[in-house]
Amino acid sequence: MSTQQQQPETQEAPEDPEMKGAESPVDEKEKEGGDIDQQTTPEPELEGETVHIKVFRYDPEVEGKQEPRFDDFHVPFKKGMTVLDAVMYARDTYDSSLTFRHSCRQAVCGSDAFFVNGKQRLGCKTQIADLEQPIRIEPLPHQEVVKDLVVDMDHFYDQMHTVEPYFQNEDTPDASDLEEQRQSRENREKVKMSTRCIWCGACMSSCNIAAGDNEYLGPAAINKAYKFAMDDREPEDVKEHRLRILEQEHGVWRCQTQFSCTEVCPKDIPLTEHIQELKREAVKKNLKFW
Amino acid sequence: MYEHDVIVVGAGGAGLRAAVAADEAGADVALVSKLHPVRSHTGAAEGGINAALQEGDDWELHAYDTMKGSDYLGDAPAVETLAQDAPEDTMRLEHWGMPFSREEDGTVSQRPFGGLSYPRTTYAGAETGHHLLHTMYEQVVKRGIEVYDEWYVMDLAVTDEDDPNDRECHGVVAYDVQSGKIEGFKANRGVVLAAGGPGQAFDHTTNAVSCTGDGHAMAYRAGVPLEDMEFIQFHPTSLPSTGVLISEGVRGEGGILYNNEGERFMFEYGYANNSGELASRDVVARAELTEVNEGRGVKDEYVHLDMRHLGEERIMDRLENILHLAEDFEGVDGLIEPMPVKPGQHYAMGGIETDENGQTCIDGLYAAGECACVSVHGGNRLGGNALPELIVFGKRAGYQAAGKDLGEPEIQTGYGDDVEDETETELPVQPGAAGLDTSDSVAADGGVTADAEGVLEQTVERTRQRVDRLMDKDDGVQHSEIRQKLQNAMTDYVNVFRTEDGIKKALRIIRECREEYQDVYVDDPSRTFNTDLQQTIETRNLIDVAETIALGALVRNEFRGAHWRQENQVRDDENWLKHTLISWDDGEPKIFYRPVILEGEDKTYEPKERSY
Ligand SMILES: Cc1cc2nc3c(=O)[nH]c(=O)nc-3n(C[C@H](O)[C@H](O)[C@H](O)COP(=O)(O)OP(=O)(O)OC[C@H]3O[C@@H](n4cnc5c(N)ncnc54)[C@H](O)[C@@H]3O)c2cc1C
Ligand code: SF4
Ligand code: FES
Repeated sequence: MSTQQQQPETQEAPEDPEMKGAESPVDEKEKEGGDIDQQTTPEPELEGETVHIKVFRYDPEVEGKQEPRFDDFHVPFKKGMTVLDAVMYARDTYDSSLTFRHSCRQAVCGSDAFFVNGKQRLGCKTQIADLEQPIRIEPLPHQEVVKDLVVDMDHFYDQMHTVEPYFQNEDTPDASDLEEQRQSRENREKVKMSTRCIWCGACMSSCNIAAGDNEYLGPAAINKAYKFAMDDREPEDVKEHRLRILEQEHGVWRCQTQFSCTEVCPKDIPLTEHIQELKREAVKKNLKFW
Repeated sequence: MYEHDVIVVGAGGAGLRAAVAADEAGADVALVSKLHPVRSHTGAAEGGINAALQEGDDWELHAYDTMKGSDYLGDAPAVETLAQDAPEDTMRLEHWGMPFSREEDGTVSQRPFGGLSYPRTTYAGAETGHHLLHTMYEQVVKRGIEVYDEWYVMDLAVTDEDDPNDRECHGVVAYDVQSGKIEGFKANRGVVLAAGGPGQAFDHTTNAVSCTGDGHAMAYRAGVPLEDMEFIQFHPTSLPSTGVLISEGVRGEGGILYNNEGERFMFEYGYANNSGELASRDVVARAELTEVNEGRGVKDEYVHLDMRHLGEERIMDRLENILHLAEDFEGVDGLIEPMPVKPGQHYAMGGIETDENGQTCIDGLYAAGECACVSVHGGNRLGGNALPELIVFGKRAGYQAAGKDLGEPEIQTGYGDDVEDETETELPVQPGAAGLDTSDSVAADGGVTADAEGVLEQTVERTRQRVDRLMDKDDGVQHSEIRQKLQNAMTDYVNVFRTEDGIKKALRIIRECREEYQDVYVDDPSRTFNTDLQQTIETRNLIDVAETIALGALVRNEFRGAHWRQENQVRDDENWLKHTLISWDDGEPKIFYRPVILEGEDKTYEPKERSY
């Protein structure tokens, strides 16, 4: 099932009093710290209030959940609360079957890219206070939904693997006192942003081209290839080999520079720029060889 | 059923490295991991990898620093192996393309780190772990090593001889998270556990939600002792709402800690009159908690870390990533307000007892990474020493499991002639599963099954029955309630402050958790991606692991490394130059000790005061 075709009607959760969750505000015992500093910012207005989230629900196996729906949860707000905190609270307090991937809680594992208020975002890196309520939390569009907020990532992984995502140089010497290959600071700086990808899939999900062409490598895989192709430690012939992979029908030329991937990337990787640069490299190469 | 020569459980830095090594040694190897490899918590490490690479540095200095840092509870053969192998294995990462930070001449950069006599921490920006993890995964892809991702390993297939030293491990049982299918994985040569740390035993931790000590618990229940579990490192500056780590860099650059009265308490109350905020991790963590306990904490919970006086320019230049962390995860702007921080569980020095080849006392069962204890960290891990441990001992365990001969180990494992039984400490309650686990209870799992013939099939069957029981039960207690209670008990009583009474309280609460777990049920009826089920199983593992931490903390009445005891606030070398070992003896924890090995290849490490 794909979220593409279904934009289900919002269905209010059953009027189960538990679901409302409008419980006592957080931390009654909260004691204001003394006047530490004149400059501390005032607590945001939301403190002590509840946050209204609407979460997409679907389970192919469970009656009542086979038809996708939205459940409403009201979660007590705490300063610093993220979208991930809110769904975790809802799960642990109201409905233990609420399902989503998450692990690191600090934007390094890439598990929790969701579609939040109409945009791909990492749950753990998105502050509740910055969002309009009610907050709609849905699985990543353009991917099969496995259950609730969990999507099938296999296609994303397949595309990542297509670009031969591993370093290729002459065979690693076996000697016990290996010396490092040299790399200039400039070259390290050049690939720096491309190495930050956490495989969250937000970019792929935001891309219209990828939605229309299932074989399109997609921004993350192209960026992965960029990381190697631009690294001076790989020999020239490997770089050519990489460009050839990228030049194929479903490669870099598919990109129409809409920048949607760049806009959603939680690691601020300039994806569109990287794709453009690879296009230019490919042209240069072809001029040279034709 | 699936079948491979070597099965590696867990695909963080240690597991990936083990798989590559086993592959190099010619074995057919598969990784089985509850997370896709790139989601593993190794990706969160920032600081770097210690390795004596440069002229002027020397593996012997690295070994010496590590031994001193361990407060003389590291075993010399393991410590020396780490220091000797780290340079080559770090360079290997470079040849696999890891994007290390560079010097002007193009060589890899190294920086100073706490407790090191030479700047030997090799790093890749502020994302060393991320790069290590991805580089290793790339090598796994390159070699076409089979990865079963989002398969949760529930149990080990271990034969049922009376003496654990005679037992053999023949494989594992796992379930496919996506479909709920339960399958056996036969290991013709060996199983390597690389399942990561147990940080979720605590309420507040820098560890991921996935760090639930599954590897520890499975090995423990199969008869392998857990070693030095009481040694838990707490980091003094983690964000209160998530546990996200704020690096030492802030204090290094001049960041100041204040209590709710605006006092610079590190000096004001004499916690560390010389080094102040830069005192060692445990000293600062205890100071912060004292402030909170004495009513000078902010909101009774945390203290403030202020860097505003450094000025925007310096902050942007050196600490920009800290600004993002505070903003993204705590909603605080470090340029205009102080950042809230409190101590958080960070690292477990102890773990599954292994020798320097990663071998446990059970034949065919190996362990590496944070879940293992070889032991290199002893009482306290130095920053930058965990990542080299992953690659050095991950590699060794992978080789060993694949059948490559690494020579006779010097470290002994299991219950044997060289151990001493614990006889003195009075326990407040019966620990372990005794009297609770019957074969038809929802908690029944782990332990040993049958003789070599059919051991895997029987373990699969037992696992299926356990899952059925959990799924069939319609009401009772939910795991989240028990887990929260357990985590609170650990954070309240087995934290940086440890008193006999407190630890005993914790043990009583852990016992209650165990009893409540008899009535646990899984509310989500679906077999598809049932995280409710997975977390319920993890919670059982956390109970077992938390109990060993508390038991270790109770028996070790001294102050060594990260373990502090109110009743005896000195390091007691006379009585305690020994490892604490706890094994699961038919459901009852058995506690014993094995002397630490301070004799290295050609010198003996004499215990000295750990002052910096
Ligand atoms: C915030 C932070 C910063 C750090 N910084 C540094 C640093 O700068 N330098 C340093 O040396 N160390 C650092 N450390 C410590 C170091 O990162 C960890 O100790 C190390 O990465 C652990 O690696 P691992 O491979 O043992 O486990 P992990 O990377 O946690 O991997 C565990 C694997 O086991 C799998 N798994 C677990 N249970 C199961 C199961 N039941 N079934 C199947 N699979 C399972 C998981 O899916 C995962 O793949 C830091 C730690 C933290 C938390
Ligand atoms: S490029 Fe950015 S958005 Fe795409 S997978 Fe990587 S981190 Fe996520
Ligand atoms: S939980 Fe790991 S990226 Fe959000």
